[in-house]
Amino acid sequence: MEVITDNLDLWGEALTGTLVLFFGGGLLALLLGFIVGAMRVSPIPVARAVGAVYVNWIRNTPLTLVMFFFAFCLPILLRERIDAILLATLALGVYTATYVAETLRSGINTVPVGQAEAARALGLTFGQVMTLVVLPQATRSVIPPMMSVFIALLKNTTVAAGFSVLNLGSVRAWLSERGENQLVTLLWVMVIFVVLVLLLAWLQRAMERKWKVAR
Amino acid sequence: MTSVLYDVPGPKAIARNRILGLVTIVVILAAVGWVIWRFAATGQFSADKWEIFTYGAIWQRLLDGAVATLTAFAAAAVGALVLGFVLAVGRLSDRAWIRVPVGWLTEILRAIPVLVFMMLLYYGLPVIGVRMEPYWAVVIALVAYNGSVLAEVIRAGVESLPRGQSEAGYAIGLRKAGVLRLILLPQAIRAMMPVIVAQLVVTLKDTALGFIITYPELLYVIKLLGSNAVYSSPLIQTAIIGGSIYVAMCLALSYVAYRIEQRTKRRQQQQAAEGGTPHHPMGPGGTDTELIALQARAGKLDPGSAPPA
Repeated sequence: MEVITDNLDLWGEALTGTLVLFFGGGLLALLLGFIVGAMRVSPIPVARAVGAVYVNWIRNTPLTLVMFFFAFCLPILLRERIDAILLATLALGVYTATYVAETLRSGINTVPVGQAEAARALGLTFGQVMTLVVLPQATRSVIPPMMSVFIALLKNTTVAAGFSVLNLGSVRAWLSERGENQLVTLLWVMVIFVVLVLLLAWLQRAMERKWKVAR
Repeated sequence: MTSVLYDVPGPKAIARNRILGLVTIVVILAAVGWVIWRFAATGQFSADKWEIFTYGAIWQRLLDGAVATLTAFAAAAVGALVLGFVLAVGRLSDRAWIRVPVGWLTEILRAIPVLVFMMLLYYGLPVIGVRMEPYWAVVIALVAYNGSVLAEVIRAGVESLPRGQSEAGYAIGLRKAGVLRLILLPQAIRAMMPVIVAQLVVTLKDTALGFIITYPELLYVIKLLGSNAVYSSPLIQTAIIGGSIYVAMCLALSYVAYRIEQRTKRRQQQQAAEGGTPHHPMGPGGTDTELIALQARAGKLDPGSAPPA
């Protein structure tokens, strides 16, 4: 326990780093994932193809490699020094967006076509079909898998440790310079992650129960 | 074609879709053009940046890196499959003193980030006098994580089977072990094959984490070669070439998963056409989403609950 109480400042910074990566990356992933997901289900063949290529390529690229491109290659191309945590957040967002897009797409696919056809037969406009019939149903089936995507994102924030970002994954390196026991530090990091993941999983279950679709 | 989102397009919609298609093309071209412009502006196209790839020895090192990646992947894949079986069988046990601890172990292993586990093995264990090569840290961490995920996949496969399957097994006088080995597991594995292979893609991708704990796999070689000032530090160039090798390997394995999935679907359709009862363990959703759900739903802490009826 002394490893934590003696170095509260560092642990605080590390936790902040992880949370910034998580929420920043999550927000970016939602924005980008929404756009790509919309492209994937759009009636425009070009947009569908672009979305498919993006999703398939990025999903088959290791996150470490994506972060490698952002952390090392982007600053060379821009000829500028960029904050490491910003680059890591971008990489996490771009990577996670593919999973968000796929979750949205499969969520929309769970709505039976008859629902939309019936709505159109009633004379509802596109906007009404979406907001009154399709999206309410799709949202419900999307929320549990979307939470799983975010749990995966939380664990993925540790990868930023390899690219000089202070977070829970890299707090070991900083603490070992202060002469702390690395084994104990890492065991505490594990405990923190298990607790955080369980917290998100609990939230997921609560939402699942609340939003369950009766079909 | 009509879908949930849009009707068959009329003349207006066709015109609008064309315009939107053009806009998409313009945006993509602009993005590609920007990258090419930045490449040109920072001299990435100059010959000395690419010269490194004219040497056979450099390609040999990239190849060595790829082999190191594949070696770690192969060992981790075999280990994860074995561990997955053991944990799945343990969690399906009738004895609570086996089922509950195995359940907790599976959940905890799934909740720990792979990289943190690797660090624990590589940086943490030397504190108590256990030293290991980066290779073993990578392999053991990957086995622990992917094994626990595969255990859940296999268990989900077994539990999604119709109850009549095991009842019929018991009825002809098989014991628990026989029912599991001869009736439940073969069907579960067949049904879950696409998800299992997809999880192996995750394993292959995660070998890249070895880069962070100095395991000399492909990404490590890329960084090493790319920082070499003798070849005017061609970091972007090596990342593009080496990264393509990585992505090609993962895409190839993903394609295998895709083919297996297609084959399973076809077989189910055949069965349905022949009047049999098609068996949909995953439902119509994409396997990836299911996979993430299995990986991350670490909070379903019900290690003690008996298999549902």
